[in-house]
Order: sequence, then structure tokens, then C-alpha cells
Amino acid sequence: MSACLDIRDLSAVLPNGQRVLRSVSLSVQPGEVRALVGESGAGKTMIGKAVLGVLPSSVRIVEGDMLLEGEDLGKLQPKARRTLIGARTALIPQDPLTALNPSRRIGSQMTDRLVRILGWSGEKADTRIRQLLDEVQIRDPDRVLKSYPHELSGGMRQRVLIAAAFAAEPRLIVADEPTTALDVTVQKQILRLIVQLQREHGTAILFVTHDLGVVAKISQRVSVLYAGKVVEEADTAALFAAPQHPYTRALMAATPRYTDPFASLKPVDEAVLAGLASEIAAADQAWRRPHG
Amino acid sequence: MDEGRARRRGVSPRLWLAGGWLLLALLAAIFAPLVAPQDPLAQDLMLERLPPFWMNGAEPGYWLGTDSLGRDLLSRLIFGGRIAFIVAFSAAVAACLVGSTLGLIAGYFGGWADRIISRVVDVWMAFPPVLFAILLVAVLGTGLSSVILAIAIIDWTRFCRVIRAETMGQSRMDYVENARIAGYGRIGIMLREVLPNVVPSIVALLSLEMGIAVIVEAILSFVNLSISTDDPTWGGIIAEGRLSIHQAWWVLVFPLITLILTVLSFSQFGEALKTRFDPVLR
Repeated sequence: MSACLDIRDLSAVLPNGQRVLRSVSLSVQPGEVRALVGESGAGKTMIGKAVLGVLPSSVRIVEGDMLLEGEDLGKLQPKARRTLIGARTALIPQDPLTALNPSRRIGSQMTDRLVRILGWSGEKADTRIRQLLDEVQIRDPDRVLKSYPHELSGGMRQRVLIAAAFAAEPRLIVADEPTTALDVTVQKQILRLIVQLQREHGTAILFVTHDLGVVAKISQRVSVLYAGKVVEEADTAALFAAPQHPYTRALMAATPRYTDPFASLKPVDEAVLAGLASEIAAADQAWRRPHG
Repeated sequence: MDEGRARRRGVSPRLWLAGGWLLLALLAAIFAPLVAPQDPLAQDLMLERLPPFWMNGAEPGYWLGTDSLGRDLLSRLIFGGRIAFIVAFSAAVAACLVGSTLGLIAGYFGGWADRIISRVVDVWMAFPPVLFAILLVAVLGTGLSSVILAIAIIDWTRFCRVIRAETMGQSRMDYVENARIAGYGRIGIMLREVLPNVVPSIVALLSLEMGIAVIVEAILSFVNLSISTDDPTWGGIIAEGRLSIHQAWWVLVFPLITLILTVLSFSQFGEALKTRFDPVLR
């Protein structure tokens, strides 16, 4: 059985030639939650956008393949690629405030996609949406479907977006820091919902986050990203038991502990960062040589 | 929420006053032959420069007095309103269609489309608008349709600039990205996702533009470049009133008041509509 998502040696550059993704390889197996951790600016979101085909126009993919259920996205015509990505993937976005169109009612936004992209009948789409709203524990679907986004709370909006992401039964969902914009009490519920729906629907998730605590809770495997480079990849349990790369260890040490809230936060060690910098410089050198 | 409610309360009187005046003026213009007390073109030198109704020497039936040729001022204002409204609606709608479409395209597609459209707008706006209008009418010839065309040709840039900026802001929002992931086409996203969010601005601008069109038409008829001199126009009446200001001030003052009220109402109405149309402010 082929991987749900297989990224091989993906490199992307900015117009000035700087690499933002450095030969990234990672795969997501069907039904698996794959975590992608790193600091802000490490390129986590970039990978998600590359998979979904919405990279900013300034970022250019120069090398590597992305296979979605065995189909090479790079080899498809733009239109066929759009259709494939639209039918098989979905995004749970970071900011539920801007991810819903402010001038359209929730109901039409949710059913629209099923009707227009997947060609469902309006009735079927409506039934499906209500079923999903029930799954994300929205108790008054009638009110929610008639609402405009600004009439709902952040947590409600995120539930709506989760329901919308699962509605079309995608094979892969990219969850881009889906809990970052929410307050802590809501974060937990939302995480639990995502995991629950993921299990019930058997959807693979590429979970982008900077929060190691979340990684430990929900994922089966992890890739640790630094400056667009995968520095470590392991089963979640193994990674937390015995982190191999010094950066991973430093990152774990830097995580605040609720058991000792008054301990001062530890930044990532200078020596570790220096080591990473030379590692990356070496990798760039090696990469430039064959690429001129 | 409280702020929203305060805003709503603040909106209503403005909307009603502005809308009320516009409706009154519009109805009077549409039913001018029924409403106007006198024939706007009938001259009677026995009745020249009659003062408005509250002054000594006023004649019944000539509410706002008469001009130096004995024509009823109120009737002329009502008939002048016809031309003002026809020009306001057609010119504003034409400018809006052209400007908003180009603004949407420039803002949403960016790149070359944006560069070309923005440069054209810059060049266009370098012309002084009133001079440009006079020039255009001189070239196109006088007449109602040339006036409308001239205003549309000059003022589409107002729509284009604002709508372009709004569209650019909206296009960066996550919901547009979401729609792209879902597989919508670019034009579909522009029309279904972005357009509804710029409609409030379009409506406000449209109303504002109607006011501007009324002024431009008045200016053109003031300098005798609008339509045939027989038909009364607000600008034309003002021009005539200017000549007899010392003998009959009302011939100048009443059309001015009418003009100012109408233009002000259009702009206030637009602002109020914008808040009404915007789901977040509503």
C-alpha cells in the first residue's frame, strides 16, 4: 500500500536564491497522524502549503517530488492537480477568524464545496454537513448554519472548520497549528475533537505545530524541522524516550513544565545552534555543487 | 456588540433623512409634469422676479418665486431634477461597472494586469477632472448622453482605486486560500468569495459618485456645456440666478440649496448603506 503523502527531497528557494526548504523528505501513511514540529520560521507551514498547492508566488520549488496517494503532483497539469488536491485534501487552518468568509453564511460556505467541487446534490450536502456538525458537538446546527462567522466564538468557528475539513472525506488533512489562535481551555477540546474525528474517519493528518506537548499527545510519528531541514525523524514514543539530535534535545529542554511553573525558561543552547548552522551550511554547499 | 448597537442607532436618522430627501426629489422628478405647479418654460413678463411665497408681492401658485423671464422657479427646479437624476444614475452606474471590474481584476490577479491598470489610473487622475469633463463634452458634443459618457470616462478611476485596494486586502485572507485548496477556479473565487466582501464599498462609492455626477452636471450646465439651453437644469438656473442676484436672490439660492442637499444626501446615504450592507458592522 502506498503512502498517503510522500515528499521526496523537496527543495524550494526564494527569488534571491536562498533555500527555504532543504531537501525535505517525509511521508504520511494512511490513517496516521504525522507531526511536523519546529520553531516559527522553520518552514513547517511552507511544507503544508506546498502540499496543498498554495505556496506564495515568490517561493519556487526547484527540486523534489510530492506524491499524493501515489500520484506525482509535479507531473499533473495544473487543472488536474487542483482537482486532485481539492478532492483528496483539506486544511484545518491556524486562524479561524480569517479562514471563513465574513460576508457569507456558514451554511452556504460549508455546503458550497460539496456541491460545486464534488458535484453532490444540495440535499445530500446539507445532510452531510449536519452530520459533521453533530460530530464536532455543535448542538444547534440550525442557528450555526444561518450565522455569519463573526456571530460565532473562536472555538465554534474552529469546530465549523474542522467539520468542513472532514465533510468531503479527504484522505489527507493538513492541520496548520489549529489550536494556536485559541485560548488554552478550548485548545484541549479542539485537539480531542480532531483526534476523535481522525480515528472515526481514518484520515491521515499532517499536523503542523510548535508545541511538543501536542505532538506527544496526538501523533504517531514526528519530523523535527529547523531552517527548512528535517533534523530528526522518529516514532513519537521513541523521540520522547531518546531524542537523537542535539537540537531535539535542546527543544525538549526548552519546553516549559507545568509541574515547575516558576523555573526560568531555557533557550536553545548557543552551541547547538552553532552546530546546526554549520550542518546547514555544509548541506547547502553539497546541494549547490551539482545544481551549479 | 455595544459599539455595534450604538453605531446602528447613529445610522438610522442619517439614513432616513438622506434617503427621505432623495426619495422626495426623485419622485418629484419622475412625476414632474403632474407635480410642477407651472410650465417650466412658460415666460410671462408680467410676472417677472416674483419673490417666494412668504414675501410681499408673492403670487399664489409661484411658491419659490419667478426668474427674470417670469418662469416659475419651483417648476424649473423640479424639471431640472429629472436631468440631474438621469445623469446621476446612468453616469454613476457606468463608472461603477467599469471601475469596479477593473479594480477587482487588478487587485485579485495582481502582476501585469495590476501594473497596467494602475498606471492607466495614475495617468487618468493626472488630468484635472472638471477641465477634462469640459474638454470631453467639447469633443463629444453637448447633449445628455455626452454628459453621462464624460462623467463615466472621468470617474471610473475612483471605483478602480478603492476596489483594487480592498480586493488586494481580501485576497490575502485565509478564506481565499481555503477556496483555492478546495479547487475553485480563480474567476470563481474572485466573484463568489472576494466580490461579496467589497460590495459594501461599491455601494457607498456608487452613492457618493451619484452626488459627484450631480455636481459635474451642474458645472457643465453652468458653463452652458450640458444639454440644450431650453431644458431647465440646476446648473443652468444657478447661472441665470447669478446675473440677477441683486434683484432676485432666490433664483440663485434655491437651486443652490437643492443641489447641496442632494449631493450631501447621496454621500450620507452611501455611508449609511455601507454600514447596513456590512455583516460585521450590522
